[in-house]
Amino acid sequence: MKTAEIAELLNEPACAHNRNEKSGCARTKPGATAGGCSFDGAQIALLPIADVAHIVHGPIGCAGASWDNRGARSSGPALYRIGMTTDLTEQDVIMGRGEKRLFLAIKQAIDDYAPKAVFLYSTCVPALIGDDIEAVARAASARWGVPVLPVDCAGFYGTKNLGNRIAGEAMFKYVIGTREPAPVAASAHRPGIRVHDVNLIGEYNIAGEFWHVAPLFDELGLRILCTLSGDARFHEVQTMHRAQASMVVCAKALLNVARKLESDFGVPFFEGSFYGITDTSQAFRDFARLLGDDDLAARTEAMIAREERSVRAALEPWRSRLAGKRVLLYTGGVKSWSVVSALQELGMTVVATGTKKSTEEDKARIREIMGEATKMITDGSPQALLQAYRDHQADILIAGGRNLYTALKARIPFLDINQEREFGYAGYGGMLELVRQVALTLESPVWQKVRAPAPWHATPPAGDALAVAGAPDA
Amino acid sequence: MPEILKRAKPLAVNPLKASQPIGAALAFLGLRRTIPMLHGSQGCTAFGKVFLVRHFREPIPLQTTAMDQVSSIMSADENVIEGLRVLCEKSRPEIIGLPTTGLSETQGCDVPRLVREFRRRHPQFSTTAVVPVNTPDYSGCLESGFALAVEAIIDTLLPAGAGRQPAACRSRQLNVLASSMLTPGDIEAIKGWIEAFGLQPVVLPDLDDSLDGHLIDQDSTPLTLGGTPKAAIAGLGGAVATVVIGRSLHKAADLLQARSGVPDFRFDHLLGLDACDAFTVTLAEISGQPVPPAIERQRAQLQDAMVDTHFMTGSLRIGLAADPDLLVALGQFLAGVGGEIVTAVASTRAEVLADLPAACVCIGDLEDLECAARAQRAQIIVANSHAAPSAQRLQVPLLRAGFPLYDWVGGYARTWAGYRGARQALFDIANLFLGSHHDIPVHRSIYRVGDDGDAPPRAPSDAGLVHH
Repeated sequence: MKTAEIAELLNEPACAHNRNEKSGCARTKPGATAGGCSFDGAQIALLPIADVAHIVHGPIGCAGASWDNRGARSSGPALYRIGMTTDLTEQDVIMGRGEKRLFLAIKQAIDDYAPKAVFLYSTCVPALIGDDIEAVARAASARWGVPVLPVDCAGFYGTKNLGNRIAGEAMFKYVIGTREPAPVAASAHRPGIRVHDVNLIGEYNIAGEFWHVAPLFDELGLRILCTLSGDARFHEVQTMHRAQASMVVCAKALLNVARKLESDFGVPFFEGSFYGITDTSQAFRDFARLLGDDDLAARTEAMIAREERSVRAALEPWRSRLAGKRVLLYTGGVKSWSVVSALQELGMTVVATGTKKSTEEDKARIREIMGEATKMITDGSPQALLQAYRDHQADILIAGGRNLYTALKARIPFLDINQEREFGYAGYGGMLELVRQVALTLESPVWQKVRAPAPWHATPPAGDALAVAGAPDA
Repeated sequence: MPEILKRAKPLAVNPLKASQPIGAALAFLGLRRTIPMLHGSQGCTAFGKVFLVRHFREPIPLQTTAMDQVSSIMSADENVIEGLRVLCEKSRPEIIGLPTTGLSETQGCDVPRLVREFRRRHPQFSTTAVVPVNTPDYSGCLESGFALAVEAIIDTLLPAGAGRQPAACRSRQLNVLASSMLTPGDIEAIKGWIEAFGLQPVVLPDLDDSLDGHLIDQDSTPLTLGGTPKAAIAGLGGAVATVVIGRSLHKAADLLQARSGVPDFRFDHLLGLDACDAFTVTLAEISGQPVPPAIERQRAQLQDAMVDTHFMTGSLRIGLAADPDLLVALGQFLAGVGGEIVTAVASTRAEVLADLPAACVCIGDLEDLECAARAQRAQIIVANSHAAPSAQRLQVPLLRAGFPLYDWVGGYARTWAGYRGARQALFDIANLFLGSHHDIPVHRSIYRVGDDGDAPPRAPSDAGLVHH
């Protein structure tokens, strides 16, 4: 990939991070860098497409430690969970045999697993020695008659976020717009309900959480043409250009896809989230608004009223247990919005939040939601997080899995809201899971036991009979 | 001697192998107040970190030189020097491990030269040792990367010409070189074993002290929270002997012997009665002490378990997949209780594979394991957590071993080595076998009358709701 192309991807015009002087994708610092590379980001963004063979072209370091390690669920094919890599050897690198191996590897994947398409992920070593994966993809596609497409995402191009955009770019360049959606099945038509086609972008169905929300789409007559990429199929990605509206779910990573769908195909989009009651309802309202269907809007309001009533009733018994508990939230970026409002709905207080990836605009919104006194944390190091936890007398740390063991080692309650987690928090139903998990860690009896010193180290209270037993008389 | 089948497929499917840089990082994590920094792109480190965090369920100190597009093409020398400076300034480690990756090796980086350059430019950080090691991920596997790092640690931290310290032959110190197949639980058991003979073990690297999973008084540390101290490595020449566990460490052991002059005793593994006996005999010889009654007792317990479980382990058709040291350890142990190694897959070639009691061993991946296990009608497979879906498809139980173990709490703490470890492994294998035992299909004779009214057996009320 050329430097100019990378610069263009970094300069995503729809991304709020680029409107201020602080760039969303700053250069990395040796010895003080955390987070994944572009390959990581590209793979995360596309791997959940379930009926595709995902081939990682590179030595074992890239796929060996990363295959099948995310929590995205599929309702059908499980091909995406099969790890595939060319596992380049020293001889391949020295003799330049990488392209040939890749070509044959594609054949092997097609012969053995009959994928609907093959995605090739380039990595650092083949990028450095100049393997032309685009040419290999073209040749293989022509030869074996299965779509094969390159994702040029060498790790050294930059951060995970850049990788997400590269993935989106590849989908836009090679996949989206190559097929027309099938007509709505006769059996799915219901009297009085007009079907609208929509996309979800940047939703990964972690732990199957989208299935908390999906039935409501069906109920309202919103046909999801494609989710990029949770529980997606290749043919669904091909038809995304025919949607009437797109929702960019939480992460802004695949914003470029939404923006280009709008500019090239006139598909309007909005940014939203399925975390928390308010944001979930807002997402459905935004769909109704963009689709401009009054009947849909009315049915949406009725559905929202029903769902909110039912979830609020279900949350009632938890409210007294969680009200007033103090949360330190560290997610960075945009995801914090929805999580903050979700926690506030439970009566919890978010005492501080991470703003490492936020712009001034984001920060203004944090103040708006959480009040002027809110502490913003920019230093995400374990020491800084623990210090903030103590300074603000927080009761629980809610953060990504990266900080899980930081919290546990420091003997503090923790909730994981990252991609590897085991539980789904999306939608109205997800709130109940969220509340269960928060209560489970907050109220666990283990904290008191692990914080107390061993009995033989505890200082005996003054006047203790045993302590003075052997003491000489005063 | 098994036939070794070379990799025949262009595509590795469901990789068994983890990379050399991760293995090297792991070795450094067994040193005290240490942080490894991979020389590569930030992803090399991020993936390695997630891999190790999920396996050990511990925070893992691991940094990166963060090569980007410009430094990958022009030169990443400054990244190394800057990274070392930042780490020294921030957390004053005793040791920084500096493994290379496929990216920096393809670029052709000379890390030892960069360490010298760092010394010249930043003499104020002379108390921090820096151990460079070449570990491209296009060759070897986790085990070989670990072994290369151990060799580099000895090379850097045990001065040439140090020789054997006077009076070392009367010392109670016993060095242990521990291969990557040994879990923190194994190392803990080995230490106890050695101490039972009145000897003081110095383990290199000591993953038990750093990654056994224990809460400490401090809330957090940017470095390893335990492990072999730098001074102990410099003091390896003061030992009465060295025991080497794992064939992968022979090169490192040769270097240690040449540098320290300490005689060594080499073991391929400590799994199963024969291996344990050989180790016990050696400890008795080195210490000059009789075998303690507690060890005699553990040995008798293992023998009892061998007798009890031989109904389940005898003729058991076993599929194995692991790095070479562990593969051979498991193979010899299980063959030693009557099991048949019908399928064996190793991540890379290694000399030790010649001693695997199997007809052939394939250098390959978990797809190879699955296909061969199906063809050979394996009844149980022993492999890492990635093999769980394979085991499910094969409908056979999986005994988890190796790296990574992310779906099994406490896998890192499991003890395989020693009499007790072997006993527990036998119990577990026997239980897995019993739990998956297939009954003989019912036959209803065509001549049998009066069965029409036989109701199907009633299931307990919640049967079918519990899935494991």
